[in-house]
Amino acid sequence: MEPIEKNVLLRVRHLSKSYNKEPVLKDISFKVKKGETKVIIGPSGTGKSTLLRCLNRLTRPDSGQIWLDGVEVTSSKTNINKIRQSIGMVFQDFNLFAHLTVLDNVRIGPTRVKKIPKREATELALDMLSRVGLVDKAGAYPAELSGGQQQRASIARTLAMRPKLMLFDEPTSALDPELIGEVLIVMKNLVKSGMTMVVVSHEMGFARSVCDEIIFVEKGVIVEQGPPDELFLRPKHRRTKEFLSKITELYGKSEG
Amino acid sequence: MNFLTLDWKTIFPQLLKGTLTTLQLTAIAISLGFVVGILLTLGWLYGNKPIRIFCRGYVDLFRGTPLLLQLFIVYYGLPRYGIRFSPFVAAILGLGLNSAAYQAEYFRGAIQSISQGQMLAARSLGMSEFKAIIHIILPQALRIVIPAWSNELIYTLKYSSVAYMIGTTELMFAGKIIAAKNFRFFEVFLVVAFIYLIVVLIISHFLRMIEKRAKIPGLQMIS
Repeated sequence: MEPIEKNVLLRVRHLSKSYNKEPVLKDISFKVKKGETKVIIGPSGTGKSTLLRCLNRLTRPDSGQIWLDGVEVTSSKTNINKIRQSIGMVFQDFNLFAHLTVLDNVRIGPTRVKKIPKREATELALDMLSRVGLVDKAGAYPAELSGGQQQRASIARTLAMRPKLMLFDEPTSALDPELIGEVLIVMKNLVKSGMTMVVVSHEMGFARSVCDEIIFVEKGVIVEQGPPDELFLRPKHRRTKEFLSKITELYGKSEG
Repeated sequence: MNFLTLDWKTIFPQLLKGTLTTLQLTAIAISLGFVVGILLTLGWLYGNKPIRIFCRGYVDLFRGTPLLLQLFIVYYGLPRYGIRFSPFVAAILGLGLNSAAYQAEYFRGAIQSISQGQMLAARSLGMSEFKAIIHIILPQALRIVIPAWSNELIYTLKYSSVAYMIGTTELMFAGKIIAAKNFRFFEVFLVVAFIYLIVVLIISHFLRMIEKRAKIPGLQMIS
């Protein structure tokens, strides 16, 4: 059974994953409380995306448990399609459905997965599109949008499922610099609205201004985690300090 | 060469009847091939191991042996086991099952050209694999496949002429009969060729229209 702890929405315990006997994640444990935002940082190829994909079982972990709101995600008895409805995922390259308009992209989850009547789903979808400032693009196809617009549409698509938890896999990495801001604004609004989020990103401005905790992952293990100011000002590990100063140099401190 | 001395009053209805049979044969065979082809592709890409092996084996077998031989096996071979078909039905089965193998290859190519992210995104919304295939993968694959599939339709129309070898009374058969009766092979076969050409041109035009209609705005499609 899941250890009972108040307000914990996501609990990850002793998660491990290898590809071809090469360990990618080693004994990862952390928890996320309702309404919290955690940012996962770390060098590339260090297992951040794999970790995120384990959380909604797009990748199956080798061992360890994941609990979402009292339900074990990792249990083979769990209906994974059901669980995924409450875990939204935003991808680096958006992955909007290419053959559908923006409105249909946002509507397809509610109608096809949740079986919500079309009229109601349309209202819901338009509501979500207005939250990301894209109502005027409802009839456009993904290929007609800028990267920033596509990413905002994909956030709306995720929101339309009314998820308990949202996962962001480097949501701004594929964007031109001038388009990053509009996506970060949407994400910040989500934080303010009380959404629980786990974000893989190197946007330090975003991390410092809104997240509750930064998790620094390297070579498949959590090196250090803590509130952003603590990690920036008083890192316990040499590697954390090195990585943060490198990242800050690269991305700048205050953008976003 | 003199076209005018032929008895067109009797020839024309015969050619028309043959043409209609050819069109029917092609339409039913290509539809059969479409359904079987999609199933083969899905089995190949998403099935378990025995299903995958079966689907690959099917495609290899039908692409690796001559169409005429397949027709002969269906029409002349199967009756030994008590399975008898009329020439028309045998031709549909032979052409359709053969076309299925080629169509499966085209569908597979189209599906594999779709970004993996489409499936990931669909699954992350809570769609089952089946739903994702129906709502996300196939609608895109079918658009991508139109140019290749157009070729397959035209091939099938022309290859349907080999059905005359098992006695299906299609256009080629009609031409052969008329030519032999009048002993005017050159003229009659030229007319038959002309009919095939016209039908192919009409179909090509029609398919290009469909291709344009199905185009996704803003998206560059590689074809």
